[in-house]
Amino acid sequence: MNLMMLLEMATSGFGDRVAVQNGTSSLTYSELFAAAGRHAATLAGSNSERLAVLDVNSLAIPVGLFASAWAGVPFVPLNYRLTGGELDALLERITPTYLVTDAERAPALADRDQVTVVERETFLGARGPQHSDEWSMEADEIAILLFTSGTTGAPKAAVLRHKHLVSYILGSVEFGAADENDAALVCVPPYHIAGMAAILSSVYAGRRIVQLTNFSAENWIETARRERISNAFVVPTMLARIVDVLDREGTATPADNGGFPNLRALAYGGGKMPQAVIERAMRLFPTTNFTNAYGLTETSSTIAVLGPEDHRAAAASDDPPLRRRLVSVGRPLPSVEVEIRDEEGHAVAPGISGEICVRGEQVAGEYLGRGSLLGTDGWFPTRDGGSMDAEGYLFVEGRVDDVIVRGGENLSPGEIEDTLLEHQAVADCAVVGVPDEQWGEAVAAVVVLHDGKTVDADELRTWVKDRLRSSRSPQQVEFRAELPYNETGKLLRRKVKEDLASRGA
Amino acid sequence: MAQLKAGTRLRSAVCATEVIVTAAPADDLDVRCGGAPMIGAKDTPPDGSALDEQSAGGTALGKRYVNEAGTLEVLCTKPGKGSLAVGTAALTLKEAKPLPSSD
Repeated sequence: MNLMMLLEMATSGFGDRVAVQNGTSSLTYSELFAAAGRHAATLAGSNSERLAVLDVNSLAIPVGLFASAWAGVPFVPLNYRLTGGELDALLERITPTYLVTDAERAPALADRDQVTVVERETFLGARGPQHSDEWSMEADEIAILLFTSGTTGAPKAAVLRHKHLVSYILGSVEFGAADENDAALVCVPPYHIAGMAAILSSVYAGRRIVQLTNFSAENWIETARRERISNAFVVPTMLARIVDVLDREGTATPADNGGFPNLRALAYGGGKMPQAVIERAMRLFPTTNFTNAYGLTETSSTIAVLGPEDHRAAAASDDPPLRRRLVSVGRPLPSVEVEIRDEEGHAVAPGISGEICVRGEQVAGEYLGRGSLLGTDGWFPTRDGGSMDAEGYLFVEGRVDDVIVRGGENLSPGEIEDTLLEHQAVADCAVVGVPDEQWGEAVAAVVVLHDGKTVDADELRTWVKDRLRSSRSPQQVEFRAELPYNETGKLLRRKVKEDLASRGA
Repeated sequence: MAQLKAGTRLRSAVCATEVIVTAAPADDLDVRCGGAPMIGAKDTPPDGSALDEQSAGGTALGKRYVNEAGTLEVLCTKPGKGSLAVGTAALTLKEAKPLPSSD
């Protein structure tokens, strides 16, 4: 198994189609294949043991990914937002390495031991012979090393082997399924698993990738319309901003699908989607098929989906349990098994919260230098808390490590956040545990209100107490203009806690 | 007969078909295409091999084929005129339930 076999098939099936486009530059599948072969030869003739790319979405990303696969070295997409010291720490862990980066960053990175810096334009313009060796079909070789975002500590390098990624693609994408005019807008950064998965899925489906260098709602809207985008993936904060901008412009109407008549499928994931945002988006884009995709870096991306029919059925329902499915992540892919387990590792009954555990061929569950986290039975504990309803719909309730332990009782922040979000004045919120002398930890809520709406702390406490239990009612309620998110839409709970500790009650 | 494992590439001795094994049982299997035993990707077909007209249903690029027990699965990476079998038992097309596009 090798990622190159996916590209080889695409090349033989529809080699002249555009595989990836960035502004006015593009590569067909045949050209992408040839570029991968050239750079594989260069890599194989060097002493580099990895190919790292420190870049925004550019053609160097897919070229580098497939060249690495062909040469048999791991591909390492690095976060271009990291600062000098953070970047140094990551680079030290992957030498000797090739490093492709943009012209502005290249000089500062040049004089380093065992780091061969190549500017992106030089990389993309390189000419030379194709690699004479075939790629390895050894499925256990490492395809991608992806550093986690490090929201809770030093970044870990998730190991994704060819077998995991190929299994994911074969299990979730039909070869050549895209229509010739389909185009996928990729705006998640390349160092995010969704950015990697988008390349692989689109290549195998035969769908043209349109790269968005840097996300802004205006840029996304303009590009999606100009390129007649049919498929896109966004993180929830991106969708919220897109809908906000469209609302502000006031010209988008459901009559022409919000001005996106070609937008057939919009998938989202990577964080919790507020129910109000998805409901607004569905009203604005009535002909678009919405899919919520839940997955982790360690599971080669998606393991569960809430599909378009589920979205429509939930949105049309007045039955609270059915309507609530709009905030579920749907059901597991046929190729994976999902179980909710208690602290002793036993599966729990429907509706009971526990840890989400997953098993399947796409599940890697491994970090560099730390070995596999898979149990002897092959199950991977995700550290995500959740529950499953009687029909197998999965609800994600935040990281297990974020659970608040108040007087010996385990409280899930996600459940309290969901309840607060149901209040008409609340636009966004974060619930965290704060140190408390009496209870060990107390519940604190940081709340963002909708423009022009007001509510006081006591009303919110009562709101939660009436719907959940009094132990879940936030002792501390703070109001802020916004919450801290990273650029891929992940709530930075650590920052929320720091903010509470410094500005205090 | 060959010991197969995931990732093994096979080609037809009598047509253009090439496959990659994506799942394999522990025991040896007589995988055939167009009536003739399939050979390694680099091997030369034996002299006199010809497509059996009874096994000429053809293979399609990107389709997966399975045996009845579901223990063998191959992915067609190059289409050809022959059809796939283990011994005389034809492999069948694995119908994938379409999933919504998620990335």
